[in-house]
Amino acid sequence: MAKTSARKVMATIAAASAFALVISACGSDNNSATPSSTPPTSTPAPETSAAPSSSTGTTSGSETTGGSATSGSASPSGSAIPTDDAWCDEIKAAYPDISGKSVSIYTSIVAPEDKPHIDSFVPFTDCTGVTVNYEGNKDFENQIKLRVQSGSAPDIAYIPQPGLLQTLVNDTGKVVPAPQTVIDNLAKYYDPAWAEYGSVGGKLFASPVGANVKSFVWYSPKAFATAGYKVPTTLDELKTLSDTIAATGAKPWCAGFESGTATGWPGTDWLEDFVLRTAGPDVYDQWYKHEIPFNDPKIVTALTAVGDYLQNDKYVNGGFGGPDSIATTPFGEAGLPLLTGKCWMHRQASFYAANFPAGTKVSEDGDVYAFYLPGDGTTKPVLGGGEFAAAFSDRPEVQAFQTYLSSPAWSNAKAKATPNGGWLSANKGLDTSLLANPIDKLSAEILQDPASVFRFDASDLMPSSVGAGTFWVGMTSFVRDGVDAASTLATIEASWPK
Amino acid sequence: MDWLFSPVTAGDKILSMIAAIVIFVVVMGAILLAVGNEKAPSWLVAAGFLGPVVIFLAVGLVWPTLQTIWKSFQTTANVIGPDNQPVRNPDFSIQKTTSFNFNNYKSIFTDSDLLRVLGNTLLWTILVPLVATAIGLVYAVIIDRSRFEKFAKTLIFIPMAISMVGAAIIWRFVYAINDAPGANQIGIANQFLVWIGLKPINFLNGGLATTFFLIIVMIWIQAGFAMTILSAAIKAIPEDTIEAAKIDGASGMKLFTRITIPSIRSALVVVLTTLAIGALKAYDIVKAMGNSNPTVDVIATRFITYFNSAETENLSSALAVVLFVMVLPIVVYNVRQMRKQEETR
Amino acid sequence: MTAGEIFVEPVDRKEARKNKAAMAAAETAKRISSPGASIIAIILAVLWTIPTFGLLVTSFRPGDVVPTSGWWTAFTAGGGGFTFNTYKEAWTTQALGPNFLNSFVITLPAILIPITLALLAAYAFAWVDFRGRNFLFVAVFALQIVPIQVTLLPLLKTYKWLGLDGSFWPVWLSHTIYGLPLAIFLMHNFMKEIPREIVEAARVDGAGHVKIFFKVLMPLLVPAIAAFGIFQFLWVWNDLLVGTVFSGSKNNAPLPLAVQQLIGNLGSGNRQYLLSAGAFIVMAVPLVIFLALQRFFVRGLLAGGVKG
Repeated sequence: MAKTSARKVMATIAAASAFALVISACGSDNNSATPSSTPPTSTPAPETSAAPSSSTGTTSGSETTGGSATSGSASPSGSAIPTDDAWCDEIKAAYPDISGKSVSIYTSIVAPEDKPHIDSFVPFTDCTGVTVNYEGNKDFENQIKLRVQSGSAPDIAYIPQPGLLQTLVNDTGKVVPAPQTVIDNLAKYYDPAWAEYGSVGGKLFASPVGANVKSFVWYSPKAFATAGYKVPTTLDELKTLSDTIAATGAKPWCAGFESGTATGWPGTDWLEDFVLRTAGPDVYDQWYKHEIPFNDPKIVTALTAVGDYLQNDKYVNGGFGGPDSIATTPFGEAGLPLLTGKCWMHRQASFYAANFPAGTKVSEDGDVYAFYLPGDGTTKPVLGGGEFAAAFSDRPEVQAFQTYLSSPAWSNAKAKATPNGGWLSANKGLDTSLLANPIDKLSAEILQDPASVFRFDASDLMPSSVGAGTFWVGMTSFVRDGVDAASTLATIEASWPK
Repeated sequence: MDWLFSPVTAGDKILSMIAAIVIFVVVMGAILLAVGNEKAPSWLVAAGFLGPVVIFLAVGLVWPTLQTIWKSFQTTANVIGPDNQPVRNPDFSIQKTTSFNFNNYKSIFTDSDLLRVLGNTLLWTILVPLVATAIGLVYAVIIDRSRFEKFAKTLIFIPMAISMVGAAIIWRFVYAINDAPGANQIGIANQFLVWIGLKPINFLNGGLATTFFLIIVMIWIQAGFAMTILSAAIKAIPEDTIEAAKIDGASGMKLFTRITIPSIRSALVVVLTTLAIGALKAYDIVKAMGNSNPTVDVIATRFITYFNSAETENLSSALAVVLFVMVLPIVVYNVRQMRKQEETR
Repeated sequence: MTAGEIFVEPVDRKEARKNKAAMAAAETAKRISSPGASIIAIILAVLWTIPTFGLLVTSFRPGDVVPTSGWWTAFTAGGGGFTFNTYKEAWTTQALGPNFLNSFVITLPAILIPITLALLAAYAFAWVDFRGRNFLFVAVFALQIVPIQVTLLPLLKTYKWLGLDGSFWPVWLSHTIYGLPLAIFLMHNFMKEIPREIVEAARVDGAGHVKIFFKVLMPLLVPAIAAFGIFQFLWVWNDLLVGTVFSGSKNNAPLPLAVQQLIGNLGSGNRQYLLSAGAFIVMAVPLVIFLALQRFFVRGLLAGGVKG
């Protein structure tokens, strides 16, 4: 592709082209070493195991061996999942003749978390002979827009916020609607709410891949047992427990909003969780869609309830100081005082497990664990997030890969490829016994619980100038400057794009 | 030609680098050969010397700038259909209407905290160049020809070698605060306060004070630039000039103000100008260390914030134009300096 | 500075100059090393070094003690001691070796091309008379303020149209474009410092502009080129934005990009400490180069530093 148009350039550099061609003749031996220009016509298993690493091959040799190790063990040990072969036949039937093709995928997930993803594509490659080229970048959200607009879109992108999906569909028109096979998979294996978050204008564009549960309060089971505290089951009990702990002179809560250029996002999760609990999921939907103002009285009530915790110098900030220290405490370090007894509870998502130092026992009777942030005791609202796989091409191999990603086979392969935990999906076909980490298991069970009412992180659904802008700023000044709930929300409402 | 346009192996990469350099040398050689004739008219010479630069800058900077200016007068709105839903094109993108007006500028200049943002930006563009240059100059003069000159210069230069991202990491271990009773500090500045019996301060808690503390980080980085350039300029002062001044009885401060400063005048202007423009554009430090605090925002951070959201992209164009206007005084000052120099030359 | 003060030093007088320099050093020791000045210098040096030193110490501490105790406690009994693991982990998590190579491949042309072009342009602005010269110079100067972000998409489209995407060319060309306005501004100032008489004399001898540029001016500008070269090097070497946007694929990613990815995604806050080692890995090369280039700065920058 680059070759022909590159010649165009060369022609313009008249004085130099002759020389360059001489050099190129000398270097032509190396062409065969370029995987992207010469895809293998047939891809037996051992070769393809190296294929996912071709995009990363020069950066890490370990991925190559990791990939082959997974593929080697996949076929015999895969017998635990009965559908293991069925999915492959289905994909092959729907998308024949795609062997030897390749699919590029672009995500925000970087090393070392990218390796399980790369490994989880191996069964797909083994089945179809399609090579998957993986690339991760932490600045994904800005880069994907540039790539799509400049005509260099990847085949598949993992989009971390539905709001970004909306932007890409609405503004660029380059996102390709999901094929029927994906629509079918979603109907079968996912809660309808997830399909809605992957849709724009009533059309499904992206299927969910990873998921996380945000309605968690981290605590130390050991410390709770020693002190005789019980895990609260309603919001009122949570308040009572907080008061009990505060009465001992200790600060029951710790929190941290600092996250570099994204400072403030943990604060948005607090408010969202409380909106779900004090106003309910219907109001929540109206709120993020801006059918009611951002500073609707019901939202003010929710933020006031948050303020009872985060603006309360008897409650926060265990191990760090007063409420204003929340703004400058890095979110990754905010929960660490749980381990030293300087703090008792820390509201943060399931993925926070990765922030505890190596050797920390994360389990129901271990050093740390999390309980579900309770509601009124009868309903069970769940706040969460996740990524969605959107396609920028309708080539059959791309659609086959999309289909694979939305199937239980991929979720299970991914779970198997993530031995250290820290990942789960909302796929109902996910075998939770494959999840390595108790907190992942708990999260998956909450997501699969029919009683749960799942709602996606509202800040990811709002226009990014609010959801990744003024909302962060507002929540940060809420804790730092002790601004009251009404004016915090009024400021954010004023910034909503007209 | 894959090795040149999509190199994969280490050998190919190095080869493509060498090829790039060779191509560049050959092309430039050809151009210079063409205009190298003694009798070549000066417009041809200028075209040869400036041609590549003009092409690069026209494509890379001028054209995008014109587009930005154009966009700054645009506002877009979705086309709403009879069902009250946005109308979509066949590719599912939303149809938009574009109108030309001054709305972006209006919303910038009616922004309630615009004055503070402008004020902060001014503080940055004034304090960073002045203080960094002053420190660089004083340091360069003091260590000039001292025994530890190389080592001493390297110490001040080190922050230059650190990326802005790295600087944010480093300064976390200076400014970090923990004001829980009896807690360990991990920021050295607060530990210092504790050592001398004071309470720790939340340096990054917003307001004017935080702006100053962020400016300190920028000064810390840029003093190395000032020091390197000014030190070289000081060394270029001819020995005779100094000797002559000494014979006249000048020493110490007098030597500094009468001889050193005038002799390196143009270097000072260069350094001040470069640092001022750098400070005007700096957003990394405020973004990474400002804790999402609007009270420390400068124009460049607002620009980035707006630029990254699809809904506010046009607004960011208007801010870029404002940034452009703000650099004009610096341009004018430099042009006047140039004129003066031209006259004395 | 006037023309009469500039004179040329032949190479064979190097030795003599050395002695002279030694004498001058001894003499100036008297001249400025008042105790007050020395104290100021020492205070500045210490203040400037402490933050970096803190990170250096941090990079040798075990990761789990970093967020809970200050780096200065590392020297006390309960400080957790020292380890080389952070460097090992940083180097292996991302396998930084190839990124080192990429940075090298990116940096060399990205210094060479803009500096050469800037020298030529600066010469034209300083010594060639043509219509619109001043306007063009002011325009180039003003381009320094253009925020890089607005140029990203137009440039990406251009490279794509040229078929250059996926190679190092977009990175080289972009660094050239972004570096040119400042480079031309600085080089122009250096150029103008050269006395008119030198150029005029060459012109009288019948030399064309190309000859004057290479034979007369270039030798005088070596220190200026070295000084600017190191800054252009630093900007390119430490750059994150251009590398991220234009390097196209992970295969071509420069070092700072890989280091930035070190801490992984959300939920990997406990790897924050890896950045300390990463920062020093990135920093090592610029420091070596600065030390190596210092000898070019010994003599003057602005006047070409020539003596005889």
